Amino acid sequence: MWKFVVRRILIMIPQLVVLSILVFILAKVMPGDALSGLVETPGVDSSTIEDMRTTLGINDPVHVQYLNWIKGLSQGDLGTSYIHQRPVLELLEARLWNTVYLSAAILFLTYLIAIPLGITAGRFHDSLIDKLIVGYNYITYATPLFIFALLMLFVFGFQLQWFPTGGSADINLEPGTFSYYMDKIYHLLLPALSGALLATVGTIQYLRNEIIDTKMKDFIKTAKSKGVPEAKIYSHHILRNSFLPIAAFLGYEITGLITGSIFLESIFSYPGIGQLFLQSISQRDFSVVTALVMVTGVATLIGTLLSDIILSLVDPRIRVE
Amino acid sequence: MSVESSTSAEIPSNKLTGLKIMFNEFKKDKLAIASVIILLIIFISVFAGALILDQEEVVRVDLFSIYSPPTSEHLLGTDYGGRDILGQLIIGAKNSIIIGFVITVITGVFGFAIGLISGYFGGIVDNIIMRIIDFIMILPFLMLVIVFITLIPKFNIVTFIMIMSAFLWVSNARLIRAKTLAEKELDYVSASKMLGASNIRIMYREILPNLTSIIIVNLTLSFAGNIGIESGLSFLGFGLPESTPSLGTLIGYSTNPEVLQGMWWIWLPPSLLILIMMLSINFIGQALKRSGDARQRLG
Repeated sequence: MWKFVVRRILIMIPQLVVLSILVFILAKVMPGDALSGLVETPGVDSSTIEDMRTTLGINDPVHVQYLNWIKGLSQGDLGTSYIHQRPVLELLEARLWNTVYLSAAILFLTYLIAIPLGITAGRFHDSLIDKLIVGYNYITYATPLFIFALLMLFVFGFQLQWFPTGGSADINLEPGTFSYYMDKIYHLLLPALSGALLATVGTIQYLRNEIIDTKMKDFIKTAKSKGVPEAKIYSHHILRNSFLPIAAFLGYEITGLITGSIFLESIFSYPGIGQLFLQSISQRDFSVVTALVMVTGVATLIGTLLSDIILSLVDPRIRVE
Repeated sequence: MSVESSTSAEIPSNKLTGLKIMFNEFKKDKLAIASVIILLIIFISVFAGALILDQEEVVRVDLFSIYSPPTSEHLLGTDYGGRDILGQLIIGAKNSIIIGFVITVITGVFGFAIGLISGYFGGIVDNIIMRIIDFIMILPFLMLVIVFITLIPKFNIVTFIMIMSAFLWVSNARLIRAKTLAEKELDYVSASKMLGASNIRIMYREILPNLTSIIIVNLTLSFAGNIGIESGLSFLGFGLPESTPSLGTLIGYSTNPEVLQGMWWIWLPPSLLILIMMLSINFIGQALKRSGDARQRLG
């Protein structure tokens, strides 16, 4: 067991290094820096700009810049946003939580929808209800998130006006109050539901296949012939085996959630890191872009690591001895 | 003598059975056949329409008919530059389909070749390739593609296809590697090896044909996926330049709430077109998958 964990962490270290080098190179090849826009500005001396570049470290040799950048990263210094004139970390923090809330809401709703549907489809497989659920799965698998989210916003946001069409909370409400939190949840619902309804495919399919496979196995037949009630067979014998991997898959979901947040936040004008990323890239605020790519890369790395480890706990076949 | 001739006569027909069974099964699936027909209608009208239309003419700005609702002159109305939506829809669909198709072919050829090599040779080759694939899989794909697109100075269709393909081949490679690993343990591979067949021959003439049904299914599904990714990027404004409209570009106009709320003719038709295309391609792919898998055949 420990061998697997150590080996898995050792694999992660080179990945982390290559990721950081890649992100750093990207940042370097970005055309111009935030100061090159000032060159043409009347009243700003070109030597002043050179001075500013030196203070910002833009004129240092490349490897020094890389090492400085890594050193900063390890201390939580993600650089300074040239556009906002604020530390990137500060900028990120506010937005990051919104994205975390959104992702958590998506995951919660996904399981809330997927688990009952998966169990029903598996338990009554080949029945009409199973066919409907499988049909729902085919459709959601094929539908692109941005089109679905747009249609949701159009129908429930603009036409029926059941939900707000943008933002993360009403600006008139006092942060910290009960109605403020309720309003936050209200703003979250439509984007989260749009994401969740399309994200159920994997879990439903997995649960359905697992249940269909497991219910043919000998230990289930034994339990049935002993007279264990059907409901108890499902709750105690079948689902116990199927649920653990679902929890383990959580870490793998991170990439999908980040990709989803870029589309969802841009469609619902929800102020999270996806929206921050798109804004920063169009403003060429490359320190923010770099930081975001790095942070999401690291988050994905850690997520996969956790999932791999949990899966190896659950399923001994994955472990290396 | 007679035994030999009869076995050699059977070989060519045996070679075909896998695919033949698959397509015979496929024909029984009504939904899949309907999808094929719908898709054919869309493809034919898009490509025929694109032949008649002049792209320059369609993307020309006409300030006298900005945001015109559907009229007899502009069947689906116009956008903020007075450009005809129907024309953009046809040209956009053509661009999206071609780009999706080219990316599918490139990632297919490259991914399958790498997967085959990795799975067949195993050992250190496999290890190195798999580490590279693992690394690409953990990268934040969408963010990096957007960064690359903004970085590249001469951004056009070719560079767009190359950037996308650089990330998208990995899942194909993984799939074929896993299947090759299983396949190479079978007796026919060791028999060929013993008879002195070259590695290339075993890989491409013997293992690969046995993976055909998986490859066809995979290519179909990734074709749909690639159209989705391309239009998604164009929707965000990081796909093709506006002079080469994509379906995503048209849908992207809806980021303006006024358009989303009041001018359905701009964003709804391309959205529905993508939706119908992706559903049809996916239904075809899923039907092929079922018919390639003996356990799931309809009988």
